[in-house]
Amino acid sequence: MIRFILLQNRQGKTRLAKYYVPLEESEKHKVEYEVHRLVVNRDAKFTNFVEFRTHKVIYRRYAGLFFSVCVDITDNELAYLESIHLFVEILDHFFSNVCELDLVFNFHKVYLILDEFILAGELQETSKRAIIERMSELEKLE
Amino acid sequence: MNPFSSGTRLRDMIRAIRACKTAAEERAVVRKECADIRALINEDDPHDRHRNLAKLMFIHMLGYPTHFGQMECLKLIASPGFPEKRIGYLGLMLLLDERQEVLMLVTNSLKQDLNHSNQYVVGLALCALGNICSAEMARDLAPEVERLIQFRDPNIRKKAALCSTRIVRKVPDLAENFVNAAASLLKEKHHGVLITGVQLCYELCLINDEALEYFRKKCTEGVIKTLRDITNSAYQPEYDVAGITDPFLHIRLLRLLRVIGQGDADASDLMTDILAQVATKTESNKNAGNAVLYECVETIMAIEDTSSLRVLAINILGRFLSNRDNNIRYVALNMLMKAITFDDQAVQRHRVTVLECVKDPDASIRKRALELVTLLVNENNVTQLTKELIDYLEISDEDFKEDLSAKICFIVEKFSPEKLWYIDQMLKVLCEAGKFVKDDVWHALIVVISNASELHGYTVRALYRAVLTYSEQETLVRVAVWCIGEYGDLLVNNVGMIGSEDPITVTESDAVDVIEDAITRHNSDSTTKAMALVALLKLSSRFPSISERIKDIIVKQKGSLLLEMQQRAIEYNSIVDRHKNIRSSLVERMPVLDEATFNVRRAGSFPASASTVAKPSVSLPNGFEKPAVAPLLDLLDLDSDDILAAPSSSGADYLQDLLGVDLGSSSSQFGATQAPKAGTDLLLDILSIGTPSPAQNSISSIDLLSTADVNSNPSNALDTLSSPVPPHTATTASTGMFDLLDGLSPSPSKEATNGPAYPSIVAYESSSLKIEFTFSKPPGNPQTTNVQATFINLSPNTFTDFIFQAAVPKFLQLHLDPASSNTLPVSGNGAITQNLSVTNSQHGKKSLVMRMRIGYKLNGKDVLEEGQVSNFPCGL
Repeated sequence: MIRFILLQNRQGKTRLAKYYVPLEESEKHKVEYEVHRLVVNRDAKFTNFVEFRTHKVIYRRYAGLFFSVCVDITDNELAYLESIHLFVEILDHFFSNVCELDLVFNFHKVYLILDEFILAGELQETSKRAIIERMSELEKLE
Repeated sequence: MNPFSSGTRLRDMIRAIRACKTAAEERAVVRKECADIRALINEDDPHDRHRNLAKLMFIHMLGYPTHFGQMECLKLIASPGFPEKRIGYLGLMLLLDERQEVLMLVTNSLKQDLNHSNQYVVGLALCALGNICSAEMARDLAPEVERLIQFRDPNIRKKAALCSTRIVRKVPDLAENFVNAAASLLKEKHHGVLITGVQLCYELCLINDEALEYFRKKCTEGVIKTLRDITNSAYQPEYDVAGITDPFLHIRLLRLLRVIGQGDADASDLMTDILAQVATKTESNKNAGNAVLYECVETIMAIEDTSSLRVLAINILGRFLSNRDNNIRYVALNMLMKAITFDDQAVQRHRVTVLECVKDPDASIRKRALELVTLLVNENNVTQLTKELIDYLEISDEDFKEDLSAKICFIVEKFSPEKLWYIDQMLKVLCEAGKFVKDDVWHALIVVISNASELHGYTVRALYRAVLTYSEQETLVRVAVWCIGEYGDLLVNNVGMIGSEDPITVTESDAVDVIEDAITRHNSDSTTKAMALVALLKLSSRFPSISERIKDIIVKQKGSLLLEMQQRAIEYNSIVDRHKNIRSSLVERMPVLDEATFNVRRAGSFPASASTVAKPSVSLPNGFEKPAVAPLLDLLDLDSDDILAAPSSSGADYLQDLLGVDLGSSSSQFGATQAPKAGTDLLLDILSIGTPSPAQNSISSIDLLSTADVNSNPSNALDTLSSPVPPHTATTASTGMFDLLDGLSPSPSKEATNGPAYPSIVAYESSSLKIEFTFSKPPGNPQTTNVQATFINLSPNTFTDFIFQAAVPKFLQLHLDPASSNTLPVSGNGAITQNLSVTNSQHGKKSLVMRMRIGYKLNGKDVLEEGQVSNFPCGL
């Protein structure tokens, strides 16, 4: 099960934070700070998995953004690496060559996409096409 | 109305915030915006609510407190329009979590929305519920969600499935309600619904055993078929990732199969085919393929044994290990650690690759590889593996050295084939990583060194050489200082050279140099200094020629700032000055600690025994202080009997255990296979000090650490064949035993009350046997006592094969005559008598003590009785 998903840039600013477990505000800030410190210093040659408290964090860097997913110890790391990539592909398709600024100004849409992709800490849909279609339907309602 | 259609206000705020150059500026902008929003909230204007909330969410993401916006979310959710609801739910999920009581207020809105006619609204509600619902809400709304699992729209179905996952996690009792619905989801064609359905089933199986049974019986074949279809399916562009159709679905299905097959042989049988197919046909050049293979391997490992599948799995892991991608290697190492428990052989094949991984630049791979290597070590590969690890120790990072050295010490201790090798390896580790080595490790090293009497010379010379080069390794200095103190005479006289050594000239002064250096060096800690001082005391006795210089050094320490050093310096100085006559006996060689007892006690398996359980505190001088010496040579220790004695029918072994502690390494008697000798002959051999035959027995039972491998070090065996260091035993007798019996007998040795007639005593009495001793002294030899032992049978049956055995401490010599017979008839009808003669070399100072063992056959069964005689009249 996914515990939280974080999108952070190199300076440590959080561009997206979605928690699937309850945490106090202060705890959330602490977590974001710690995860950032963990992943920003790692060399590219190292594994994409780090131990974090009693769970693990699977992260990947795309340009200036770190996508970090915190999961239970027993989960399949390689699979989550794939799901991070799928998410990035969806964003890329939706925003047409996404960049960090897109994510900043359209944060509410990013959350929507995420909510179509993952629910209750588990994968909801694996087809890029399906998610994009759904998003356009939702946009029409606005 | 789209809250952002006017475009500018939210974007304007974001732009304004981003344009701030400093944190203070940003705080000012945010404060102004928050004030505006609060004012608007108070006005309760419905039109801009969504825009305000969106702004609030952004501010929240920056990290500022936004509690005042929570009620706005609720109002938005209650609005009729879809866009408002959307923002409202979004805000709800972002600003609130399940622990807040405000959440309860939403329950009613949620219920209405779950039943809404607009399926998008239903979707919104399910989404919010699935992400943050609390247990009470889950209970309230479970029936709605259950109903929605069967909804016509697949989007709703999949959301409902995942929402149910959360519900059963929060409230496991509700699991039964969802079982049927979940089973029906497994037959779906739509991938999204299928994957969520599989997830729900997985969750139910984890939580509820009945659900697991149900799925096992009804759905296993269905799941297998689905997996097969998906594996064999043609290219589907929508779901394809790197050549695999929907790897996520593969993985979910494999997981479900894992939980179904675990613990159930039939189900496991059914799935072997498909698992084999997935394992062999999946391409592994991309991450997606590897992810599927990884899950497949995990499933194979978890289900019931099918050895061919397991071999396949381990081969896959082996392939992973040589993959250049770090992620794959990490994953493989993890799995191999689990695989080792049931197939060690297969994993051994990959030992070399794992060893390579220990040297990897990535810290997490190094750590995993090291743990795996530790699990892989066995007697055959230990020498080579240790060599590689120690080589790596020299070049590894500081933070890794601690881990690595701890593991090396562990391996060396557990599997070392011979003492020479053990000492060599430990020496190397100490040189490289001494400061990381823990106390009990170097304590154990000293125990082993002291037991390897023929290696003393070699050890002390090697340590001397090492400490000259590596003097900053604290532990090395400690061990070296202790050994030089103990075996200094061997060092300067080049005693006990073994084949591979180069001769080295060390003068007494050189040796003292090393120790003085240890004391005076600024970064030695107090333990090292204290040990060095003790070593000096020992050397002052062993090297009389430079006694003056040693005395000077000790005197200088009288002014040390450490209290311990001061005290010791003063005490030792007084010994050196005024008590020269007892100095040599004080600092005699340390009596050898019985390794087996030490290991056992160290492992903590020993119940609280009479003697002190402390490990030999090596900084204490020999025999001078409180009997920490006692555990070392507790000859008559009642407890060690049980631990040491191997269950053999020959009673002779038992006695040897009692007494043979000091005879070199005859201590551990595990699996001693000796031809049972006549009881009395053996006793004679054991107890007469300085004859070769005790050594004879000890050869067959040389047990270095825990493995019995004599061949590798024949010199060790031969050494004990020759007289087991008579001067050693003779001199230790005076000091080793000095405290020993004081500790044992409740009262110190009484003054000899020399009466000519000694009363007979009842040496032993039990319900079936009574032994009486009568004494007489032969003329002219006050140290010898003749004892006549009378055995009386108190039971109603006859004893046959009666054997009496006795053991005495070293300062006594015992001689047993043959018994009058070995059949003891029933009481009153006769008795057996046996004569013994005891010679007391400490006549006048110590009383006689004796341990007895009586063996006989009663009604065909062997019986053994033991006892101790401590009530000898004094003066014997």
